[in-house]
Amino acid sequence: MMIVAGQSQSAYFLEETSTVAETHTLSVLVDNEPGVLARVIGLFSGRGYNIESLTVSEVEHEKHLSRITIVTTGTPQVITQIMNQLGRLVPVHRVVNLTKSGDSIERELALVKVAGKGEHRVEALRLAQAFEAKTVDATLESFVFELTGTPADIDRFVNLMTECGLVEVARTGLAALARGKTGM
Amino acid sequence: MTRQMTGAEMVIQAFIDQGVDTIFGYPGGAVLPIYDEIFQQDKINHILVRHEQGAGHAAEGYARSTGKPGVVLVTSGPGATNMVTALTDALMDSIPLVCITGQVPTHLIGTDGFQECDTVGITRPCTKHNWLVQKIEDLPKILHEAFRIATTGRPGPVVVDIPKNIQFQTGTYVNHKDQAQTQYKPRVKGDDTAIREAVALMAAAKKPVLYTGGGVVNAGPAASRLLREFVKLSGFPITSTLMGLGAYPASGPNWLGMLGMHGTYEANLAMHDCDVMVCIGARFDDRITGRIDAFSPNSKKIHIDIDPSSINKNVRADIPIVGDVAYVLEDMIKVWKQTQPVQDKAALNAWWQQIAVWKAKKCLAYRKHSDVIMPQYAIERLYQLTKGHDTYITTEVGQHQMWAAQYFGFEEPNRWMTSGGLGTMGYGLPAALGVQIAHPDALVIDIAGDASVQMNIQEMATAIQYEAPIKVFILNNQYMGMVRQWQQLLHGNRLSHSYTEAMPDFVKLAEAYGGVGIKAERPDELDDAINEMIAVKRPVIFDCRVANLANCFPMIPSGKAHNEMLLGDASDDEIDTAIGASGKMLV
Ligand SMILES: Cc1ncc(C[n+]2csc(CCOP(=O)(O)OP(=O)(O)O)c2C)c(N)n1
Repeated sequence: MMIVAGQSQSAYFLEETSTVAETHTLSVLVDNEPGVLARVIGLFSGRGYNIESLTVSEVEHEKHLSRITIVTTGTPQVITQIMNQLGRLVPVHRVVNLTKSGDSIERELALVKVAGKGEHRVEALRLAQAFEAKTVDATLESFVFELTGTPADIDRFVNLMTECGLVEVARTGLAALARGKTGM
Repeated sequence: MTRQMTGAEMVIQAFIDQGVDTIFGYPGGAVLPIYDEIFQQDKINHILVRHEQGAGHAAEGYARSTGKPGVVLVTSGPGATNMVTALTDALMDSIPLVCITGQVPTHLIGTDGFQECDTVGITRPCTKHNWLVQKIEDLPKILHEAFRIATTGRPGPVVVDIPKNIQFQTGTYVNHKDQAQTQYKPRVKGDDTAIREAVALMAAAKKPVLYTGGGVVNAGPAASRLLREFVKLSGFPITSTLMGLGAYPASGPNWLGMLGMHGTYEANLAMHDCDVMVCIGARFDDRITGRIDAFSPNSKKIHIDIDPSSINKNVRADIPIVGDVAYVLEDMIKVWKQTQPVQDKAALNAWWQQIAVWKAKKCLAYRKHSDVIMPQYAIERLYQLTKGHDTYITTEVGQHQMWAAQYFGFEEPNRWMTSGGLGTMGYGLPAALGVQIAHPDALVIDIAGDASVQMNIQEMATAIQYEAPIKVFILNNQYMGMVRQWQQLLHGNRLSHSYTEAMPDFVKLAEAYGGVGIKAERPDELDDAINEMIAVKRPVIFDCRVANLANCFPMIPSGKAHNEMLLGDASDDEIDTAIGASGKMLV
């Protein structure tokens, strides 16, 4: 077999090195045991990786499995390194890069409180309807809206609400799954 | 086998079932039930150290010289925190350790109880895995899983934190040896396609080099045998990291010496100029690569490692192979023999000629003196005079460590224990103790520095107690030599706090512990003194007075590339300007 210089013949041909930071969503299946979240977070802080969003919840009760969804930024090399480092943790079953593996659905839930009177109040309600947000609490001077959508949808909604008397926001962080019939 | 027993008994039973014969430990309130069990049995030999850190390094020495896991038992709170350095050391150097820590009873956890600390929290980043045992039912599984995780895949330290009430509770013990309790299952066999690919690349190489590391030693004696076979088969030159010394014999015809910051000229230049680099069980650490953007610019890199996260971490691999070094080498040899590649003999000859030119530089040459012992000379003599013996070497950290690596020839794996990744001063003496306990009749020498040796000197008492005739060979230069060297190179020779103004009398110190003190000050008395040390069958501290201001060369200054080495004959001017501003930022 001839090896051509500058051209790996490897089946493991790697992505070209890039220094541009990208945002990736990682889905991590872990044993739901004490300290598992601390291991994951400690890995990110200890090695200087970013966490933009992190959600965790048990997803299979009998098997004691939780799914952690992490949104992180880094160069492709750093993202691969993060996945490998996560894979080293004993309670980690699988790590999937949803951003790389193709199409995925990403959703976040936000609760948004606005307070105001008159025109502001009317505008807030109109916008909420336009975004298909639910009104989950109302007083004569305030609303709490519930909105589910992509993080970008929620950003947009929250930005608009700052004009309409935004008081505070609570967001769940990201839940994400790959499209199609197979699981991770 | 299923039996009812207390948690404390389970600990001992699990040790027995795992084939443990020796543990290193120190008692305290939170482990008294386990110590009570130790008292009532005679299968496990407990070595009482003088400081928990000493137990950790002794267990590391035991592990690295035997290939078996090292086992440690310490109490809660300060016992556990004293272990942190040794655990981190073992994690960095991939040494299998199983550390049992006592913990306050479960109902006191979280109350800031006496000698309570968050052991699993503190040791999480410095272990491969750790557990706080919360129920007696979990204990047998956790104990056996702890051994499995410590010893398989990339080895490392684990901690099992056992609250005192659980040590007293009774439960059902099952021997779970080698039964996986978690999904953890490292991949040992390398990918076939990648291996074929790698062999093809190697076969076509004109300027190949094998760069091997501690992973070869960790993969067991078979890996070293296979490595030697592969070197013979391919005819490639071979270098190694500090951690991998001995996997290929220093007397072997293809040996280039160690590479890296204090590696040989020929090894580093071969790394820089090669066209195919085969990294086997090493991890492209910054002490190896030097300036990363100038590291071996024109080579294709094959990287074999059991830990996927080592691959592409610092240096991009063209052909990564995840697997156990022994398995992968075996497959490579098979493929090589099957395919019978025709190598480019002319190119390889030219490469070896180039290497011969580099070798002719004699980068390890130094000026000898008739009135002062040069540290390099001391190591050379130590090597020559111990040659016929069953010798194991440990070191502390500093210049003496690098001189030991450069001037002592290692012929076999598991004979060389040094703190590579963490660079822990105080490692060598307790590590030597651990080695000696495992090999009672061997000649075990800690090549030490005068500063480092004082960091765990208390373990001399342990050596005396267990009649472990370790030899502590101190290259006494009155300085923290490596710090002084860096201050000379980087900080205008302002020797801030690197001189030891009050040095103990090491001969008297040895005698105070009940050992033997020997001192040598002149080259002409060195051989006799070393022979005397070898002959003494008791612990020895050897105070070898060496030239105070000798520097350790060759050296790749921080921030420089492999082909920008400083050699021993470098002029003083060159030394003062060797490191640029950005290099000073590095460690
Ligand atoms: C626990 C610890 N503290 C500090 C250091 C930093 N350090 C590295 S080498 C060194 C000097 C070692 O001096 P000595 O043991 O006398 O050895 P020499 O370099 O003189 O051979 C120091 C302080 C270290 N490696 N480990």
